[in-house]
Amino acid sequence: MSAYSYLTAQEIPTLVERLAPHFEQVLVPTEQKGVKESVIFAPWTKGSPISLAKATVPPKAAVFPKCETLFSYKIEKDTQDAPKLTLNPEIYAPKTLIFAARPCDALGLNILDRPFLQSHYVDPYYAAKRDKLCVVTLTCPSGCENCFCHWVGIGPAATQGADIVLTAIKSGYVAQAMTQKGQELLEKCAFKDGTDKVPEVNQARKAAWESLKPAPDLSQIHSTLAQSFADLDFWTQETQACLSCGACTYFCPTCYCFTITDEGDAQSPQGGQRLRSQDNCMAQLYTREASGHNPRPNKALRMRNRVTHKYMTYKETWGAFACSGCGRCIQHCPVGLDIRAILLAAIARTTNTPDMQGGK
Amino acid sequence: MSDVTTKELRIVGFLCNWCSYGGADTAGVARAKQPTDLRIIRVPCSGRVDPLFIVRALFLGADGVLVSGCHPRDCHYSTGNFYARRRLEVLKQFLPILGIDSRRFEYTWVSASEGQRWQHVVTTFTEQIHSLGAAPKFMDVEPKEFKLGARVSTPILPLGAGQDQPLKELKTAIKEALPKLEVVIGWQQGRDPLHAVPLFMRKAEDVDKLIWGPCNVHNVATYLREYQGHKVGLVLKACDARSVIELLQENLASREDLTLFSLPCQGTFDYGRVEQCIGRYTQLSDVQFTQSAATVMVDGTSKTLPYAEYMQSKCLRCTSRLPKLVDISFGTDPTEDAKDARESAESLPPELALVESLSLEERMAFWRASMERCIRCGACRNSCPMCICRDHCISDTRDPHFMTQADTFLEKLFFQVIHALHLAGRCTECGECQRSCPLGIPILALRQKLNRIISELFAGYQAGSDPSQVPPLLCYAVEEPKIKEREW
Repeated sequence: MSAYSYLTAQEIPTLVERLAPHFEQVLVPTEQKGVKESVIFAPWTKGSPISLAKATVPPKAAVFPKCETLFSYKIEKDTQDAPKLTLNPEIYAPKTLIFAARPCDALGLNILDRPFLQSHYVDPYYAAKRDKLCVVTLTCPSGCENCFCHWVGIGPAATQGADIVLTAIKSGYVAQAMTQKGQELLEKCAFKDGTDKVPEVNQARKAAWESLKPAPDLSQIHSTLAQSFADLDFWTQETQACLSCGACTYFCPTCYCFTITDEGDAQSPQGGQRLRSQDNCMAQLYTREASGHNPRPNKALRMRNRVTHKYMTYKETWGAFACSGCGRCIQHCPVGLDIRAILLAAIARTTNTPDMQGGK
Repeated sequence: MSDVTTKELRIVGFLCNWCSYGGADTAGVARAKQPTDLRIIRVPCSGRVDPLFIVRALFLGADGVLVSGCHPRDCHYSTGNFYARRRLEVLKQFLPILGIDSRRFEYTWVSASEGQRWQHVVTTFTEQIHSLGAAPKFMDVEPKEFKLGARVSTPILPLGAGQDQPLKELKTAIKEALPKLEVVIGWQQGRDPLHAVPLFMRKAEDVDKLIWGPCNVHNVATYLREYQGHKVGLVLKACDARSVIELLQENLASREDLTLFSLPCQGTFDYGRVEQCIGRYTQLSDVQFTQSAATVMVDGTSKTLPYAEYMQSKCLRCTSRLPKLVDISFGTDPTEDAKDARESAESLPPELALVESLSLEERMAFWRASMERCIRCGACRNSCPMCICRDHCISDTRDPHFMTQADTFLEKLFFQVIHALHLAGRCTECGECQRSCPLGIPILALRQKLNRIISELFAGYQAGSDPSQVPPLLCYAVEEPKIKEREW
């Protein structure tokens, strides 16, 4: 059996239908009405409509939920003995398929993997979900005004992080298996062989690449940012418009910071839960210390942290950017703050002021 | 609250320490027979009852909430219940927009000697709650989406791109004023000619970047709180100016520090609609503004954006082009021509019209569906020019612990209620909260409803129209002509 299957545009729901029995949960891009249209990954049930548009919210919640219960606890009084504490760890990890994510979403999952799975401690909550996850991506037909995936080393047709890659061609879609898991799934779906369509696929992917504007060279951006790190005027200037809301982090497929809180009273009949929820570095609570001191008291320092983490510190630790170039931070920013502009300004700053080189 | 298995319902009573709690005590001492559904929470004064306590109780499963304080003019602290009366009446009228029957909440006055009256109040209110039955739970309602209705078809004032406005004169004026100011905030072109971003002008050459037109959607008054005590200039649209006036009303900005610039605004884009028209693109160029529409080249295809269709609904309903409060402005205000069109301005905006057209149960389903997709990014809060707590929002605090981190739609709806209620009588309906929401949640409906309640109760009050007015919830009247109190 070949690694390629061919299906017509009408067969997309059929593909989901045939994949679905192998999973407990299938997340598909779903259009939402409202004062403006948005697309979110929602659980699929037979017959529910599937949008193939790039989702407003990345699918990272499948492995890193907005909020998850780490364990629940309860203290029960005992008239004879000391109060008894019970702890119940909860790991919720259904077998999940993410359908029609974009290459930047899939790369985002790879970026999350490093800190959660490859550091000293493996995060059991993340690992359980990641282990049972299968990703089908749809390559982008073109670039778009906000995205810059080719700046950070991938592109509209990248296949990293995907088990199956779909590519739109004139007469339909070609599904390409990228992993053993993907190959087995595709075989079970039994669509027509698509090997003869490979030239068309390559052509579509090439056309997508050709629609992109040239990217600047970011190979030295970590040292460029290191040189600008102490220049507070630079960061203040670049972040004047920021509202410190944190939309950029919540819509980011690669932001993985979290906070842990205890909710509920251990001695109540319901007990309490220890929750882990997504946090954002734009919030003052993110860094405020118990003493009341806040090492990042203003938005310039908070945004500096976000930018340098993505292109400097993460790169120094893991050898890659913590950014998949999806552009959601630009698109969803209420004031259109552009992370690309900050990077370019940092580059311009170091080239224009050679005396600053070497870090100051 | 734990589940109640008997026929009792769950009623929470907030009683003031000095009168109503004493009244309840008097009734008890007199062995007056009372229903047992009420759970009493003693508070120092009815003025201490934050309307959020009541919403929280109702969200967490209370079937009814009763607030009782000293009779007006009889408050232990002189005026606490006068403030409470205004807040509680606003809340009572606000509850139905969330899908909660307003009869589930009552407030009244019982003095310490009125044991009999207390017995009557408790009995009547409990009967009322029993006749309504157990409160429907948000958790039990299936989420349901509803489509927004039509917008006003003809704008009250003619829309346009404002490209013929005297921008050059404005720039000269800003350059002249700049030496005395730390910064002047306006707009410049953003990532492409169809998107603007805020511009911070500190040097004369920055001023040349200033643009005027339908892309200037942001309310730059939002930045004012960052510059408190600094000499700043703002370039304002008429609607943004209302936010500045409201901040002046609340003494959160000082008039001497501000230099306000303006040109007549002819409407700004609704980017939700614009994005739907132009779709995904790589190259956008050649934006042309004509009398009635903007045309733009998107990846080689020409797209037309007629203003009446692609501008914000607030712009269609706008009745003033130039701010009332401004230091330097150019151009003329055609407001006078629009007097006869007031009627359509009084019709409901589409978000509110939609929610008002639904039954209580449908409203719960609507809010559930809407808030389920909220990802708590906080853009609505931080883009609001009236959200002045900034880093100290009560939704973030652990003590008091108003909100949990649990990611449920009810917590997220409660956050919206916090925002809306903290804006009661202060919101100028600039719409930044809703514009900023990346998921298009029609949260403006809550603010629109509150504004209409406030306007109805307090003689047509509109936030941000007169710097000398005191916002209605920051003051009181001994007699409230529009507040009808319960006759029991």
